[in-house]
Amino acid sequence: MDATALLLSRLQFAFTISFHIIFPAFSIGLAAWLAVLEAKHLRTGNAVYRTLFQFWLKIFGVAFGLGVVSGVVMAFQFGTNWSVLSNMSGPIQGPLLSYETFTAFALEAGFFGVLILGRNRVAPWFYFFSTAMVALGTTLSAFWIMVNNSWMQVPVGYVVQNGQFVPDDWTKIIFNSVVWSRFPHMLLASYLTGAFCVASSGAWYLLRDKSRVEALVMLRMGLLLAAVLMPLQLAFGHLVGDYVHDFQPAKFAAIEGRWHDEQPASEVVIALPDPAHETNTYEIKIPVLGSIIGSMSLTSKEVGLTDFPPQDRPPVLIPFATFRIMVGCGLIMLALAWLGSYLSVTHRLERSRLLLWSIFLSFPLPFIAIFTGWYTAEVGRQPWVIYGALRTDQAMTPFLTAGAALSSLILFGAIYLFIFSFGTLFIYRLLRAGPSRNAIELPYDATPNRPMSLAGGDVAAVPHLMTAGE
Amino acid sequence: MVMFWVLVLANSMLLYLLLDGFDLGVGMLFGLTRSEASRSIMLRTIAPFWDGNETWLIVAAVVLWSAFPVAYATLLSALYVPVVVMLAGLVLRGVSFEFRNEAQRRWIWDICFACGSLAASFMQGVMVGALVEGLQFTDGQYSGGAFGWMTSFAVLCGVGLCFGYALLGACWLVRKSDGKIRADARRAIPVFATAVLVFLAVVFLHALTKHLPIMHRWIDRPYLLVFQAIGCVAALVLARSILRHDDRLPFRMVTLIFVSAFGTLALSFWPYMIPFAITIDSAAAPHSSLAFMFWGAGIFVYPLMLLYAVVGYRVFRGKMGLAADHHQDSGNAHLGKIGSPRPAEWGV
Ligand code: HDD
Ligand code: HEM
Ligand code: HEM
Repeated sequence: MDATALLLSRLQFAFTISFHIIFPAFSIGLAAWLAVLEAKHLRTGNAVYRTLFQFWLKIFGVAFGLGVVSGVVMAFQFGTNWSVLSNMSGPIQGPLLSYETFTAFALEAGFFGVLILGRNRVAPWFYFFSTAMVALGTTLSAFWIMVNNSWMQVPVGYVVQNGQFVPDDWTKIIFNSVVWSRFPHMLLASYLTGAFCVASSGAWYLLRDKSRVEALVMLRMGLLLAAVLMPLQLAFGHLVGDYVHDFQPAKFAAIEGRWHDEQPASEVVIALPDPAHETNTYEIKIPVLGSIIGSMSLTSKEVGLTDFPPQDRPPVLIPFATFRIMVGCGLIMLALAWLGSYLSVTHRLERSRLLLWSIFLSFPLPFIAIFTGWYTAEVGRQPWVIYGALRTDQAMTPFLTAGAALSSLILFGAIYLFIFSFGTLFIYRLLRAGPSRNAIELPYDATPNRPMSLAGGDVAAVPHLMTAGE
Repeated sequence: MVMFWVLVLANSMLLYLLLDGFDLGVGMLFGLTRSEASRSIMLRTIAPFWDGNETWLIVAAVVLWSAFPVAYATLLSALYVPVVVMLAGLVLRGVSFEFRNEAQRRWIWDICFACGSLAASFMQGVMVGALVEGLQFTDGQYSGGAFGWMTSFAVLCGVGLCFGYALLGACWLVRKSDGKIRADARRAIPVFATAVLVFLAVVFLHALTKHLPIMHRWIDRPYLLVFQAIGCVAALVLARSILRHDDRLPFRMVTLIFVSAFGTLALSFWPYMIPFAITIDSAAAPHSSLAFMFWGAGIFVYPLMLLYAVVGYRVFRGKMGLAADHHQDSGNAHLGKIGSPRPAEWGV
């Protein structure tokens, strides 16, 4: 086995999944938002909802496309770079991903076409149904992928036979407490992403004196949703932390920056961990709070990293820092959501430019929190790929060469940077243009022919050209 | 149980081959036309379907992984380079659908779309070719190196599949469009059909001269001739349908040709999963995995997936080029400011 190939494969996995997760997080939230808008429009007939729907649909189309193509890469990467892992854990991870594909991807893909291009080909109820099915699909996808990853974090319900992990209790694998705290944590994270992006665009339009009616709806809906979800997210964050404490003590110690056993333990608020000397520099800590957070007790003993042999310890710096960034983002988002909702409900938000600016600039926060959360979880579980059962350095394709791994990394790196830059540019342009109201003032039949896709910019002018050349 | 999953796998692969086959094919033909009007109609004929079509690739991959983990792990790692290039191609062509409409410089995405389709098709053919010829194994472990798949035969198969997909794509265009595009596509069909026939003949000769193990299968299993016969009949009907300017038959006949080719290959591999190295039974996942999938995904969700596909094709039935497709949102006027309206191109 080639150490360079291992490093490159890890880099490639981290890079491609990091790229991938941006878009699902965004599109899970947006799909739900679209379903809500369509439902509201059907119920109230209020044109604002339709304008907003058409507007966000375009953005959804671009983000979803990027999510799909980067996801296809993920589905193959287990086999190409991690063939030992995929052979050993195939009997468990395979069926879970099959369920994801069968129940979620097929649903999304099946109705995505209708959602994007089918408005005038189907009855309104069926169109709404398609929107809802796409939203359901994205949610189911998040569920199965979280079951899958949770099994890798806390493997349960299996026996080892002939060098494979053979499932012997599927209910344990699917219905364990780890899944049921992590899945809501991830789902809430995606909804928060949607909520903040919507609210932040609303703030942007108000600041630019554009589309005021729509902007106010976006702000109000986004902020209120975030204000409700944010405390829930913190509560689930705590539950997720509980599982780490119980099942992955080394990761927990790394997150806490605790090098030695303490009783009662203090909580390190901020510090610079120094792995070489197994201690922290510039440490600020609060006595006893560590025991309270870890075990809800004033006296409990909490383990430190030095309890584990060095080869079983995760890197400390990354989980320690990323965890704090995630929580920090969460707290800022909570403050913005509550303050913003309060002012929005009392109709003072429009006058508070400072807050509008802060909300506008807050859209990266949920993305940062999602990244750092995943880095905490994934880096913190090293050196295991299946916690306690299979080490990362044993999981790689044994005959993979550094040359092959490097070429694929460069290829994916180049392509992803290329499509990412254009993708964000296009989303930015769509957002800057803002929702357009004349979309709904036109009667159905007066609308000219459109080229294939919803986000097409340059068609309105020429109806019926399709027959050109006949 | 194992049999069930073999069938699901075969069915999913076949569906992928046919469905993404025509849309990759249209992608390659797209690269051969110049006029913007034709290009956007060509895209239109596949835009509502490509995502669903590509899903069958993922279905095939995850079924392979869950039901035959060893085969998944071995195949993908042995075929590292072609898989990576195929994925890169699929990524580039996939994003082009949406990006093209946003871009000021469309040509970038036109190139990505055509080349991505070409790369993905070619690599799929190469992989099939490498499998037919047989990868190198030592003690059940792949030992052929990073380029063990690269043989003249595999490359030949890559080219062959590109022709095959282009043929499917042309038939699809005949079915779904009108006017100039349909006329062009109809003219292209005989060309590609001939290319495919020549390719098949060369492959056959190659297998004969090189004594590929698969040849013995064909001799041992004369019933495989049934597939060849079906293929021949389909080719004849195809020729007739072109002469008679039928819009629907060509696609069906080429589908039949693909089915018979797929059937021949699948049955001549039997009972191997990876030809002549790993058998289906030795690759099969434990019963608890297969059963878990069978009682949910297998018997309930799989039929549903087929249903979604049918619904999708029903909703977007008929010719796509015509005025059928109003899109309610045409608030494009405002986009004129940021996009680049080039209505002139449309008047071609
Ligand atoms: C289904 C499984 C799964 C899921 C949903 C994720 N990961 Fe993961 N991750 C793995 C399965 C995995 C893995 C296959 O198990 C890796 C590859 C090598 C390893 O050690 O674990 C891994 C490694 C890995 C690493 C490298 C850690 C290291 O080698 O030090 C990073 C940074 C991430 N992942 C980040 C993420 C992010 C940002 C995700 C957000 C979606 C994510 N992972 C989801
Ligand atoms: C290693 C892990 C992952 C793999 C193998 C994977 C695989 C895939 C694949 C193959 C697709 C394309 C499906 C299609 O064609 O429609 C996809 C899309 C998607 N994935 Fe992932 N994925 C992973 C991680 C995640 C995570 C962590 C989430 C979120 C919790 C997620 C949620 C989604 C969603 C919602 C889509 C739909 C496309 C979109 O919304 O942009 N995936 N994924
Ligand atoms: C007080 C606030 C929070 C706490 C205590 C908390 C706790 C945690 C912990 C301990 C993990 C690591 C789980 C593991 O190792 O498996 C985690 C992961 C994660 N967090 Fe948070 N979190 C908080 C806020 C947030 C916010 C605001 C977001 C996003 C909007 C977020 C998104 C995520 C994501 C996406 C993951 C990775 C998925 C997972 O492992 O479940 N978190 N969180």
